Amino acid sequence: MTLALRPSLVAALAALALPASVAAQGGAPAGESGGAFTPFLPGMIVLLPLLGFLANGALALAHGKKSADAVRAGGELDLGERAQRPLTHTLPSLIGPGVLGLAFLITLVNFSRALGASLEEPVVVHYWTWMATGTFTVDAALQLDQLSLLMMMIVTGVGFLIHVFSVGYMRDDAGYPRYFAYLNLFVFFMLVLVMGASYALMFVGWEGVGLCSYLLIGFWFGDKEKSDAGKKAFIVNRIGDFGFLVAMFLLYATFGTLDFVPIFADAQLTTSLVYGGGLVTAITLFFFLGAAGKSAQIPLYVWLPDAMAGPTPVSALIHAATMVTAGVYLVARSSVLFALSPVGSATVAGVGVLTALFAATIALQQYDIKKVLAYSTVSQLGYMFVGVGVGAYAAGVFHLMTHAFFKALLFLGSGAVIHSMHHAYHHTHKHDDPQDMRNMGGLRAHMPITWITMWIGTLAIAGIWPLAGFFSKDEIIWQVAAFGGAVNAPYPLLYTLFWMTALAAAMLTAFYMTRMMVMTFHGSNRTGAEEAKHLHEAPAVMWVPLAVLAVLSVFGGWINVPEALRTSFLGLGGALPMSEWLHHWLEPVTAGAHEVQLEHLGEVAHAAPVGGGEVAWAAISFLAAAAVVAAAFKVVGAQKTVPAHDAPAPTGFANVLYNKYYVDELYNWIVVQPIVRASQFCWRVIDATIIDGTVNAVGWVSKGVGWGVSMFQTGNVSTYAFVLTLGVLVILGVSVF
Amino acid sequence: MTALLDSIGYANWVLHALVWLPVLGMGLVLWAEEERAKTVAFWWSLGVLVLSLGLWFAFDPASADFQMTSSAPWIESWGVSYSLGVDGISLFMVILTTLSTSLAILGSFNYIQSRERAFYALMLLLEAGVVGVFVATDVFLFYVFFELTLVPMYFIVGIWGGERRIYAAIKFFLYTAFGSLLMLVGILYLFWRAKGLLGAPTFSYEDFLLVPLSMTEQLWLFTAFALAFSVKVPVFPLHTWLPDAHVEAPTPGSVILAAVLLKMGTYGFLRFLLPFFPAASQHPTVVTTMLVLGLVGILYTAWVAAVQPDAKKLVAYTSVAHMGFVVLGIFALTVNGLQGGLIVMISHGLSTGALFLLLGMLYERRHTRKIDDFGGLARVAPWLATAFVITALASIGLPGTSGFVGEFLALLGTFETHPTIAILATLGVIFAAYYMLPMVQKVFFNQLATDENREVEDASGRELAILAPLCALMIWIGWNPTPFLERMEPSVRAVIERVESAGAQVSASAEPQTPQSLDETVEASSTPPPRRDRRRRVDSRRRRARRD
Repeated sequence: MTLALRPSLVAALAALALPASVAAQGGAPAGESGGAFTPFLPGMIVLLPLLGFLANGALALAHGKKSADAVRAGGELDLGERAQRPLTHTLPSLIGPGVLGLAFLITLVNFSRALGASLEEPVVVHYWTWMATGTFTVDAALQLDQLSLLMMMIVTGVGFLIHVFSVGYMRDDAGYPRYFAYLNLFVFFMLVLVMGASYALMFVGWEGVGLCSYLLIGFWFGDKEKSDAGKKAFIVNRIGDFGFLVAMFLLYATFGTLDFVPIFADAQLTTSLVYGGGLVTAITLFFFLGAAGKSAQIPLYVWLPDAMAGPTPVSALIHAATMVTAGVYLVARSSVLFALSPVGSATVAGVGVLTALFAATIALQQYDIKKVLAYSTVSQLGYMFVGVGVGAYAAGVFHLMTHAFFKALLFLGSGAVIHSMHHAYHHTHKHDDPQDMRNMGGLRAHMPITWITMWIGTLAIAGIWPLAGFFSKDEIIWQVAAFGGAVNAPYPLLYTLFWMTALAAAMLTAFYMTRMMVMTFHGSNRTGAEEAKHLHEAPAVMWVPLAVLAVLSVFGGWINVPEALRTSFLGLGGALPMSEWLHHWLEPVTAGAHEVQLEHLGEVAHAAPVGGGEVAWAAISFLAAAAVVAAAFKVVGAQKTVPAHDAPAPTGFANVLYNKYYVDELYNWIVVQPIVRASQFCWRVIDATIIDGTVNAVGWVSKGVGWGVSMFQTGNVSTYAFVLTLGVLVILGVSVF
Repeated sequence: MTALLDSIGYANWVLHALVWLPVLGMGLVLWAEEERAKTVAFWWSLGVLVLSLGLWFAFDPASADFQMTSSAPWIESWGVSYSLGVDGISLFMVILTTLSTSLAILGSFNYIQSRERAFYALMLLLEAGVVGVFVATDVFLFYVFFELTLVPMYFIVGIWGGERRIYAAIKFFLYTAFGSLLMLVGILYLFWRAKGLLGAPTFSYEDFLLVPLSMTEQLWLFTAFALAFSVKVPVFPLHTWLPDAHVEAPTPGSVILAAVLLKMGTYGFLRFLLPFFPAASQHPTVVTTMLVLGLVGILYTAWVAAVQPDAKKLVAYTSVAHMGFVVLGIFALTVNGLQGGLIVMISHGLSTGALFLLLGMLYERRHTRKIDDFGGLARVAPWLATAFVITALASIGLPGTSGFVGEFLALLGTFETHPTIAILATLGVIFAAYYMLPMVQKVFFNQLATDENREVEDASGRELAILAPLCALMIWIGWNPTPFLERMEPSVRAVIERVESAGAQVSASAEPQTPQSLDETVEASSTPPPRRDRRRRVDSRRRRARRD
């Protein structure tokens, strides 16, 4: 049976993965750099994670029966030794990371082909017509261009590492196959998001990753708090999705299509989109509402810190490296539209910089190691929006990429720490919080690899030369200054303010990250004497991904070193390779936006608002960050930290920060509760009393009348039937004659 | 497949078979032994379903006309004929009916414990009636079927329902009977006008289309028909019978009610309201009223649904919200809107039908519908939980499910003509998450706290056989709705063209009664094109009349 099925299954899969047509839009002529780009099995990249989901999902459901029986019997399923559960452990361990590894290899082939080819216009691969009403058509089609290829590299590459790490992190979880099913499904939707050739298909991925986020945040659904967090993420994201939908309607009304290629080709030509006009501003603002939801920006950031309820590798993959950057991808993808709307772009940058600062302040006073990283992520996403908001799309995407490396590293590192802490508490049956940094301290002795790799991540995010974050964050900050000084820059003063705020937030980043490292790894251990014996380094399956990400966090920034820096002492006088490579790589995608920008704003400035060039400010920010790291090391190291259950409650402004400015409480008070009350009012007053009351009143009146004629009510069905027939006949008779 | 169907003359007899086979099955069920009634009913309805699937292949997607038509005189002195036909609007409603009947019958095996023969006989009678509603092309015949569906539903709720079943059944009956009486008056008026025009009594749908009506007449008749259909849909504020009927109805009753009976209302909008009264359907006040009522339905009932303690009532209210999208799509009067509305009808049939089936399965296990009584069920019933989550996601319109395709197209179509209303209606996607996810969480997630919940069994093979096809269809339509859309498009386009051209005629001519404008009206009403011979006959009759 299985053997007979296999060839036909393979044939069906091949049919799915084979495109109906491949079109290099616009028929790009072969440039000097090489021949035309031929995509290599792009459908398989998407299909593989989907197959992984189906396989793991089937295993999870099969496993579900058994564990359900155990729960029903009043206990838990005894997992036994790992070797004894080939179907629920070995197989998912192979399939889950395996499909990602294959997808990464195929992506790598495509990427290297694109490197050697001329790819002036996006290549769109059509599979089937998704929706067609006669006036509106959208295909299931994938778009391969520089931006999507880069995103695919990040999603499959970092995704693969996190899948591998998960094998170690989740190995003793009862829901192991289900976990990999969700994780694979997430990657599938994430790839649809970045590869889809239209806004409609992108939206499929957009809501799909939201679904997986919901399922994975609430992975341990038996815990109401975690389940609540998943629900909150979904609903808040839907507020953003509302914006995405409306923006799509506006685009369709303007262009008659939702496909990327025709929209971006027409955006500058069509008369209905004028520079700075109301329509394009509305489109960009609605899109940004969507981006703010997905990428956790003010005012919709509140779901992300709660999302830490999910397993830590999930936080690394979804809530740091990939999904939350989808909003940045959206703005970069729509760069032409945002360039046409100075108000839209200024909003993106303004909200971004505000979020960067706001979230960084909260991170200063968090004790949960994952909460620190969560607010740090919100803050770093703010930076990315600042980048794409000032027309530096390449810089925004650059930071997206480096952030994927070092934040995934930091989250996975924190996962290794929590894993170790959890085991220690598990051994002694202590019920302290394994995520609270006040219970840690001195862990470097127990987990040296995690300690070193996390320091690399910390220095990278803090902007220490020559690590990845230094180049990417500095690029953004510099671009804000340059943009504000452009010849016709709108609101130059505002951009000066943005620039200074971004610099300040960078200093806070250096501080809270160092604080986290010191509290976790340095000083004396606060876990407990008995527990400390059980603290251990992560197994190889977990630390190898850490090491790979650490390497990327060191060198990842070298792909886009600005020429000015490269030739200065910060580039060792030209020793660093690949000058502004990413910038040039993304040029075909952002060219339209840059044209618009050059036409309307003119050349950007070459000096900061208060004087000083790119190199000078890069040096200043590096030195300042280094000083803050050193200072924080001293200050936090000198503080006396006590374990969580003995710690006094924070007071004053620290308490406000600890409670995250009470924003959740505020939202509950001004949004959630009023809606719930209004819902109760609609039900109990309008529906049950007014409308139904009227209906019942009419009923009572007719009942009164009915009493008069109740002598006809004999209770005999045949009499009723007779009278009914008679009535119909009389009516018809009257009408005919 | 098509060749096979042709060789057995499928197109000639299938519609008759779909109407009369359930009636025959009813006889078989009544004749069978009590304990075998359900088996007989299920296999019979499955046969009808398989038979109806041939429609998919036999249907010509390029044509806007009624297909597989057949007609026989019935009550000749009144011009009533027994005429059936199917077009792109009714095609999927017929298949949805046969599908939901089969699954609803399969879903009542444990739920219905008393008077089984009577119950399954009524289910088959209901199927015959609903199929009849969707395939009748004679207005009188349509009305007969429309009323016929009331009777079995009344008994299903009234006999096998919950505690307040009598109240619910009577409320359901009176509400809908009140609406359809108004429609009857309207039909008779049209009958008189058609008789006056053509010189012979007729109830034929296509003859009614020829009747030229002044704006005033159209508005009155529109109101009468719209009330009848709006009660069925139901459109806010005529919806309060629905929660009661759903809560009290047995599972299969709720399934059929949600999956197909409500669709009779929106089907009526598309089949009768727009084509018969094109000018009124374009009247700004009318359009705005209907759109605003649809919008209120979407937002208001989503809020009401969110605070329901009773899971079944919650789902009942969400029906009103979903049907609001259909109303929106229809009265946007765009191709996208109408097709979106039709997909929402299909999707809602699948997802809400599945939700009621799932809630019924939970009720059989726990004998409660209160959301707070559940909790943590995903741990003991992972298969049920999976099906429930998939269905809930389709219900709230997640992309990749049928719900998204429908709502997206309906909103897109509405945006083309009424952007503000469309944007407000889009807020519905937020509130859909607000009503659905808390229920999913409270039932399947959270702590598995009580022993009753701990003992809940997972889905049986029979239950999986019910849920699997529904879930598969929701996902299939979500990824590949084009085969559905292309079958609808010509008929939908014909409706819109008729509304636009005929509506423009009436509003252009102040006095539609004069012979000249009568000419124009008739010309304009040629879409959807009536059969040529009928057209000629009408023309010659009119020429004769003019000579006199």
